[in-house]
Amino acid sequence: MISFSAVAKRYPGGQEALRDVSFTVGAGELVFLTGRSGAGKSTVLKLIPAIERPSAGSVVVNGQNVAALKRGAIPYLRRNIGLVFQDQKLLYDRSVYDNVMLPLAFSGHAPREAARRARAALDKVGLLTRERANPVQLSGGEQQRLAIARAVVNRPALLVADEPTANLDADSAARILDIFVEFHRVGVTALIATHDHALVARYGGRTVQLEDGRAK
Amino acid sequence: MRTWLRQHRQAFAQAVARFARSGGLLSALVIGVALSLPAGSYALLESLRSVAARLSFEPQISVFLAPAAKRAEADALGARLKGEARIAKLRFVPREEALKELAAVQGLPDLVASLGRNPLPDAFVVTPRDPGAIEALAADLRKVPGAAYVQADAAWARRLAALAGLARMGLWLLAALLGAGLVAVTFNTVRLQILTQRDEIEVSKLIGATDSFIRRPFQYLGLLQGIAGGLIALAIVALGLALLNFEVRPLAESYGSTFRFAFLASRDAIAIILFAGLLGFAGAQLSVSRHLRAIEPK
Repeated sequence: MISFSAVAKRYPGGQEALRDVSFTVGAGELVFLTGRSGAGKSTVLKLIPAIERPSAGSVVVNGQNVAALKRGAIPYLRRNIGLVFQDQKLLYDRSVYDNVMLPLAFSGHAPREAARRARAALDKVGLLTRERANPVQLSGGEQQRLAIARAVVNRPALLVADEPTANLDADSAARILDIFVEFHRVGVTALIATHDHALVARYGGRTVQLEDGRAK
Repeated sequence: MRTWLRQHRQAFAQAVARFARSGGLLSALVIGVALSLPAGSYALLESLRSVAARLSFEPQISVFLAPAAKRAEADALGARLKGEARIAKLRFVPREEALKELAAVQGLPDLVASLGRNPLPDAFVVTPRDPGAIEALAADLRKVPGAAYVQADAAWARRLAALAGLARMGLWLLAALLGAGLVAVTFNTVRLQILTQRDEIEVSKLIGATDSFIRRPFQYLGLLQGIAGGLIALAIVALGLALLNFEVRPLAESYGSTFRFAFLASRDAIAIILFAGLLGFAGAQLSVSRHLRAIEPK
């Protein structure tokens, strides 16, 4: 599903985030990406949906070499990846429901089917009763769950999450991870970046550790 | 196809909402006021042109005989003029016909009726072969015996035509200038709108929206604003002409004329709306292609 080989990433200005990263994530796998903050976890995750391009090496997602992807093809790559960000990137000028509807606007579903999918996604993360609320009114954990609902509403085969449990209390964090594990059980491939080793130990997925710009 | 239509409908609805919310109406007003200038001038010129069209623009020379001249003298002059190689067309206007023509001119029948006898002379209307040499031909005709008075009446007509041409050129320059202004106004409206939608654009890109999907509502916004501006311009022109006509009517009536400034032909009005819409779209397109690329998820 995901294959990094000899990936290096240097940001403009000379900062070297990744030196030589190689790892693979098979279809249906649940993999944790760990490492100290600044180890390059976010960079690895940004390379997958082509938010960043590698300076060297190849990133293959779903059989596509992301590094060589044309600009026009990127949206179609991203539609197959559910992205959950550390800072959620919710839109606060609209309701919870409309946030989840956003990805459906351009995926071409009939309105009734889109509404059904949006409610199903909200139901899965336990936010169905809050669909009319504004995201501002949600707690940190709820906002993160909303971000997950938006990521999965198009039923992607791959989920990528960057520190989804950061800044959350233990209960909320556990609940978020439970949701990921549930998706994993129904066949979704998931790559989750976290620095919380305790959580990783509890769920016991495979771990890829980043250190000094290299994967271990 | 249905998806495509639905997406366009959604983009259009979004554009309408943004137009209403973002003070697009004010920008449309600016566009309308700017466009009303060339549109109004065009309407005025067209009205004047319909009057001027009744006047002959073909350069002609009128050769008058003395009022007391006999018809035989006129025939002799006619024969002499026929032999002149530089004359393309020759028309004899007998004095009776000249009086009839004068009576047909608006406001003058009473005057003609009050005349005891016909004061007009017989005349020839000469069309020269070479319009450029009209003054030289007129000078030669003045030397022909029997010709009491020779008038080359093309000069003023040509001046009027040149003046109208000048006004038309000025109008096009004005239209081009204000058209560029329209593009600039739309460019800026769309730029501001893109800045306020920054988060939404970034998130949309992250979750797989294509560029054309993101662009669409902004294009519709520019189109809408341009069309609204065009409609406002037409409303301003209609109002302005109505006010002008209010003042023109007594003036025209004092000349026995029913002259009114006419509103633009519906073809021209539609053309103005389409033109404004097109320029609005162009402004939005420019703005979007410049500013959307700058918003990339980080």
